[in-house]
Amino acid sequence: MKFGVVMFPGSNCDHDTYHVISKVIGQPVDFIWHRQSAVADCDAVILPGGFSYGDYLRTGAIARFSPVMGAVKEFASRGGLVMGICNGFQILCEAGLLPGALLRNKNLKFICDHVNIRVEATDTPFTNRCQRNQVLSVPIAHGDGNYFCDEQTLAELQRENRILFRYSDADGRITAEANPNGSLDNIAGICNRERNVLGMMPHPERASEQQLGSSDGRIIFYSVADTLAELAKAS
Amino acid sequence: MSEPLVTTELIRSHGLTGDEYGRIVQLLGREPNYTELGIFSVMWSEHCSYKSSRVHLRRLPTTGDCVLQGPGENAGVVDIGGGLAAAFKIESHNHPSFIEPYQGAATGIGGILRDVFTMGARPLAAMNSLHFGPLSAGDDASAEERATVARNRSIMAGVVKGIGDYGNAFGVPTIGGEVRFAECYSRNPLVNAFTLGLMRTEHILYGRATGVGNPVIYVGAKTGRDGIHGATMASEEFGEEAGSKRPTVQVGDPFLEKLLLEACLEAMRAGAIVGIQDMGAAGLTSSSCEMGSRAGNGVEIDIDLVPQREAGMTPYEIMLSESQERMLIVAVKGREREVVDIFKKWELDAVVIGRVTGDDHLRVKKNGAIVADISNKALTDAAPVYDRAIKRPERGPLTEVTQVESSLEEVDATFMRIVAQPAIAAKEWVYRQYDHMVRTNTVVLPGSDAAVIRIKEKRRLLAMTLDSNARYCRVDPRAGARLVVAEACRNLVASGARPLALTNCLNFASPERPEVMWQFSEVIDGMAEACEVFGTPVTGGNVSFYNETEGRGIDPTPVIGMVGLVEESRHITTQWFKAEDRAIVLLGFTADDLGASCYALEMLGVADGRVPQLDLALERRVQEACLKIIQAGLVESAHDCSDGGLAVAIAESCFSSYRRDVIGCEVDLEGQLSAAALLFSETPSRIVLSALEGNINQILQLAREHEVAASVIGRTRGERLVINVNGERAIDHPVAEVESAWRIVLPRLLEIPSLVAAEEK
Repeated sequence: MKFGVVMFPGSNCDHDTYHVISKVIGQPVDFIWHRQSAVADCDAVILPGGFSYGDYLRTGAIARFSPVMGAVKEFASRGGLVMGICNGFQILCEAGLLPGALLRNKNLKFICDHVNIRVEATDTPFTNRCQRNQVLSVPIAHGDGNYFCDEQTLAELQRENRILFRYSDADGRITAEANPNGSLDNIAGICNRERNVLGMMPHPERASEQQLGSSDGRIIFYSVADTLAELAKAS
Repeated sequence: MSEPLVTTELIRSHGLTGDEYGRIVQLLGREPNYTELGIFSVMWSEHCSYKSSRVHLRRLPTTGDCVLQGPGENAGVVDIGGGLAAAFKIESHNHPSFIEPYQGAATGIGGILRDVFTMGARPLAAMNSLHFGPLSAGDDASAEERATVARNRSIMAGVVKGIGDYGNAFGVPTIGGEVRFAECYSRNPLVNAFTLGLMRTEHILYGRATGVGNPVIYVGAKTGRDGIHGATMASEEFGEEAGSKRPTVQVGDPFLEKLLLEACLEAMRAGAIVGIQDMGAAGLTSSSCEMGSRAGNGVEIDIDLVPQREAGMTPYEIMLSESQERMLIVAVKGREREVVDIFKKWELDAVVIGRVTGDDHLRVKKNGAIVADISNKALTDAAPVYDRAIKRPERGPLTEVTQVESSLEEVDATFMRIVAQPAIAAKEWVYRQYDHMVRTNTVVLPGSDAAVIRIKEKRRLLAMTLDSNARYCRVDPRAGARLVVAEACRNLVASGARPLALTNCLNFASPERPEVMWQFSEVIDGMAEACEVFGTPVTGGNVSFYNETEGRGIDPTPVIGMVGLVEESRHITTQWFKAEDRAIVLLGFTADDLGASCYALEMLGVADGRVPQLDLALERRVQEACLKIIQAGLVESAHDCSDGGLAVAIAESCFSSYRRDVIGCEVDLEGQLSAAALLFSETPSRIVLSALEGNINQILQLAREHEVAASVIGRTRGERLVINVNGERAIDHPVAEVESAWRIVLPRLLEIPSLVAAEEK
């Protein structure tokens, strides 16, 4: 079992994610350079947070053309687990691996803060260790995290139970006050129809060690590790 | 191409005096040409040469056991044990931030980040000290005053966004700092940026052009016409035409900087680099001649090889450009290819543009002809040094600040006003716009006395704080500087850290005014005295003079960036009460120190009066006692008493924080002093602690051993903030009410666009 963390020029949560996988979750992990056209022997690929290519045109808009993205798409189509965090989520939307887009935050400002998210679905490789309605305290840090999609897509996401995380208060209530960035339906994270590609704006890697205030986020990485272990056992 | 003739008018417009020009001719043994005149003018500018401050800066202590590199390099470096070293520095970007707040602040961050990573360290934390003009005006304010307020708000919004956008994209957490307000910053905002980086001690790299014959490599962004004479601009006061100086402000590109960081660190670790320096103020000129000068060597540059963004640039423009995100590297001869390849991997330009020579000269060639040829020493060590005239300003007797209120109800109302002073109010509006968590090391988030970052896989942690207090320095620069150093140390100690060393940013008005030089000299002396007592050497910093617009200068504003070491994570202490039924202990005692305080500012409209009395020896004992108490695990919270006095310190300890609700308290203050003095006196050497009842005897015992006053002044309980003075209720509010009054101040002043628009009209 091996995790891969993609390094785009401008990624800046790559080392943080690597640290959590290797030191907290205790799993093998490699960096994948953006020029690589294969994800090699990785069993789960993480697109980390940051400002790929400076995000000058539009978040994630340039990164989707990176050679590695061809490999990521191919990997995902074979059922490989792909997880986009923050900028990674934005890239997955731009690349068409996830529907919708991430607009400027409603207050037009960058927001760095701890927020609460509620787990909405547990039948995914990313949340299978969670309880439904479990509230996780995980930080956000973004200027463009305001999730948007058309009505039809939203209905589809809801019907197919593909909204995995929604911004909530500490008691799990989905309220307007708990929505930090104006996201449609308080959406903080979604998956694709096949449930093997996750995009989320909050940073679980920043909430994986109690020393940093919260270790709620590591359950997501543990879920992925469990899934991979099961798959390995099965094969 | 014909170059302008060097005339008296041209010399003057380059900011050089007749005497200075004479000295140039003497050093060269001939008249300089146009390019050389430009090179001298930037290197001899106040900003680069420190010509007015050097004689005074020598009085600061700069050595100590932990100091690996003191002033004179791109950043200071201290040993933090375990084979690791921390490089840190603070620098001003005041002038550009007034002209163009967003880019001015952003490029300030870019510059200080480069200063730190040129030392071989990866930047791990940033902080800022920001000073702005007032954000609100009274109801009877004139149209002009309203316009000023509107501009102050827009400067602040632009600066904060500039810092955030640059630091966030680069990937350095901005973990703390300070934001202060006073009238004198209306046209002279201060933006002082601090960065700390970490490296293994054997990886320290210097800005030295060593090894004759070694290649000089230019890396990073291409050179354009931006920022020409930025250093000269930062060495002048502004007139009414400040807006016309906008073209001298550079434009930042944090993405490019991030690539530059990764490429530089990779090339450094490969051992292919012997010296490196940021092309900051005075660009290619300062980086080449300073690196040459430090190594006692010369540097020869072929200007045609410099990557250029636009066509037809003259040697003058190329040498003086302050285009951002560029570095000059001296590599090991024969390893040029390796360096170029590493930069290519990161999609950056890396071009050999010259070589190190053995003759101490900066020699610039174009088309094979020499266009500038100057001794490096002439540009650096031989730059003019002025012992400028000093004059203590005439001043009448100091106002005696005493209680204004005639009842405790009025005192309570004053408390609510002080809590809502912008300088004291919550700074969340600011730091929420900064990514303060990236790199996952921030253990104490912004909001407590000092920020703390962990060092992954090490037991030790680093604490850091930025502090200033122009209210005090304005009345008494020497005492003010001592108080600022003491407070910085106290902030670290209250957080569980032992102070190690500091960097300073000295912001002043025009050095050509003897009263300003007196303030400068006094500040240096005060700072030196305090540094000696606390054993915290100065490892470098920055002097920013000419913070003056249309004849109005700023109050003396020395800013201290202090770094300390937390031995282990269980020592980390934050300011917030942790639980109910805890005893609240005041370490130290309250004296009649309402002068120059936030109280004086609120009640008299001007922070006049005698500054708080500081006994450095006592302060040191209080800090030693506090650190012992914390390290013995006896307390749950510790909070320094400073702006707004004890009442504010107690209120802040009650406020909510991440995953922690408000905790109320009932405190009893007693003594001969007025209620206002007991509550709002800014007596230094005081720390508010909270602890389990069972630990009180030990805490009091440790205080006694250090000959420090300590007393139990109350208990945490409930959800109300109650403070009694001599048995009578003085302050009584739900904590939530006080907290919301404190939290709402900046959003209310900065988030109502219609109001701002109305005022701009």
